[in-house]
Amino acid sequence: MSAGQLPRWVDYGLIPFLNLAAAFLVSGLVVVLIGENPLDAVELLVWGSVGYGEGIGFTLFYATNFIFTGLAVAVAFHAGLFNIGGEGQAYIGGLGVAFACLALDHIVPWYVTLPFAIIGSALMGAAWAFIPAWLQATRGSHVVITTIMFNFIASSLMVYLLNNALKKPGSMQPETRTFEVGGRLPFLNDIFPSFGFGYAPVNLSLFVALAACVLVWVLIWRTKLGFEIRSFGANATAAVYAGISPVRTIVITMLISGGLAGMMAINEIMGSQHRLLIDFVTGYGFVGIAVALMGRAHPVGIVLASILFGMLYQGGAELSFEMPNITRDMIIVIQGLVILFAGALEHMFRPAIVKLFTPSRALAAKEA
Amino acid sequence: MFEIVILTLDSTVRLSTPLLLACLAGLYSERSGVVDIGLEGKMLGAAFGAGAVAYLTGNAWIGLLAGMAVSIGLALIHGFASITNRGNQIVSGVAINFLAAGLTALLGQTWFRQGGRTPSLPEGGRFRDIILPYAEELRDVPVIGGIYSELLSGHNILVYAAFVAVPLTWWVLFRTRFGLRLRAVGENPAAVDTAGISVTWLRYRAVIACGALCGVAGAYLSIAQSSGFIKDMTAGKGFIALAALIFAKWKPANAMFACLLFGFLDAVAIRMQGQKIPGIGEIPVQFFQALPYILTVILLAGFIGKAIPPKAAGIPYLKERS
Repeated sequence: MSAGQLPRWVDYGLIPFLNLAAAFLVSGLVVVLIGENPLDAVELLVWGSVGYGEGIGFTLFYATNFIFTGLAVAVAFHAGLFNIGGEGQAYIGGLGVAFACLALDHIVPWYVTLPFAIIGSALMGAAWAFIPAWLQATRGSHVVITTIMFNFIASSLMVYLLNNALKKPGSMQPETRTFEVGGRLPFLNDIFPSFGFGYAPVNLSLFVALAACVLVWVLIWRTKLGFEIRSFGANATAAVYAGISPVRTIVITMLISGGLAGMMAINEIMGSQHRLLIDFVTGYGFVGIAVALMGRAHPVGIVLASILFGMLYQGGAELSFEMPNITRDMIIVIQGLVILFAGALEHMFRPAIVKLFTPSRALAAKEA
Repeated sequence: MFEIVILTLDSTVRLSTPLLLACLAGLYSERSGVVDIGLEGKMLGAAFGAGAVAYLTGNAWIGLLAGMAVSIGLALIHGFASITNRGNQIVSGVAINFLAAGLTALLGQTWFRQGGRTPSLPEGGRFRDIILPYAEELRDVPVIGGIYSELLSGHNILVYAAFVAVPLTWWVLFRTRFGLRLRAVGENPAAVDTAGISVTWLRYRAVIACGALCGVAGAYLSIAQSSGFIKDMTAGKGFIALAALIFAKWKPANAMFACLLFGFLDAVAIRMQGQKIPGIGEIPVQFFQALPYILTVILLAGFIGKAIPPKAAGIPYLKERS
């Protein structure tokens, strides 16, 4: 049963929809288990995430994070690599943003700082992906395992740096000083007051994320390197036979992937927190896996999946205000279920659907 | 000095136990070709199940069984996704970690309303330390007293069970028919299939064994080492166990030494906190926390031997169709 037997809209529309529906159905059961009405919960969740300007602002803010980490996972997917280290790469990427902002924030306006912050975060994220990439390419150690290890190493390193080298003098908090205006991206609410985003921290990095989507699309489908990446992912042996260097492809793909993950820090650090602090990544890197899977590793799909997860984040927060029984942990449960049904159980409904969509004539021909 | 060494080794044993149980759990799964990065989630789920049931029943053994049941349930989800549906095993593991982290905190808050923790265990709900025979009498004997009365005696039964599980696992994997087939299915499932043995059923049994052992590991955290479940109480132990499994090159005896090493690093880190070493100064505690992962990466890089995983690990088995 190959994928080609199904119409495209079934493959890219119906099956993901069914997987999502299954995930939400089970989430509903969890809500029932807690003793709340799942339909009320859905209503609150949707209203909280897209029902008013500020809610939409928060949804878009979270979506920005997911676009970066989702793209990071997707680029690696195309080369057949599984970058599970977005968490650590984004965390280290924060260093790059912080260095740029701390150095420039009192000298130049934000639009001069921004390019340096982008380069800094991408470089730091890429650097954190380099060793796992190099080990995979030359030593054959599996990139999944090494990137998991690097997530934990990153976490220890950042706790150390923030508690010692980067801490604001005289402060007990493990965080840097707050950036001056030159290190803060403008909030979209200040640029487009008519949308009424209110206090939502959605900021200019949303456009950086969308630009990254376009660049990733160009890279993967319109350049020689992208062709090499996809060839290598589709059939590594054939790609090598065709003269594509495996070491070069693996390392470059992982560097791009790590760089994209690192850029997530622009949104959090330069866009919202305005200081480098502990644990600002909190799962965005892992959720990137779900985003990339649901978005079928295509930038358009990733944007849609990011908005969906952004809605879950914001709507879930709203939900926990209104229904105190449903804590924010519910979001983690829903994410887990989405990852399970849309990712690991991706093919659960496929055989039944294939049967449904195989014309009876074809079946008859097969039986004859 | 001798006393400090004994005390450090004593806490090494306590800290290694959950790692060892989870590491052996992963050993069964990965040897059968099912990669499991959901050890962390299974441990966490089990810790919550054990903590909650032990509190309600006041019986540690029922708590242990409940923990194992939760963990086996999660393991079966992993099995259903990765064996029956041939889904991506890494993604499934990530999903299980999310599910466990979310559900334990959510249900913990709903049922007990103590910020995601379970209430402190009643008498009998917790595994007590076992004093080995003559431990008190031998306490004052030099050297032997320290080793026997401090280091070997005075642990709870799960600690001893973990160390008994090491030779047992070795025996099961390398001296029984089941073990031979389990290893074969992790190296070359097609050959096992050709011999008329069900790949699916073998892998399910491996995954269930993994769930059971992870369950003991989780129960150890909540009803033996401490008195109740705390939100996110595994704190990455499942991943350290995974690192230990790779460090041990998927062998039971090595697994024990790897877990003891990582437990020792943890014990030393606790002891060294805020203390200066002459000539070096204070070593940051984060360095010790990161060291297991750094060592594993160095091992993976091939600088200390070579870690070769089971050949079919991570690859779903597709029976050929006509």
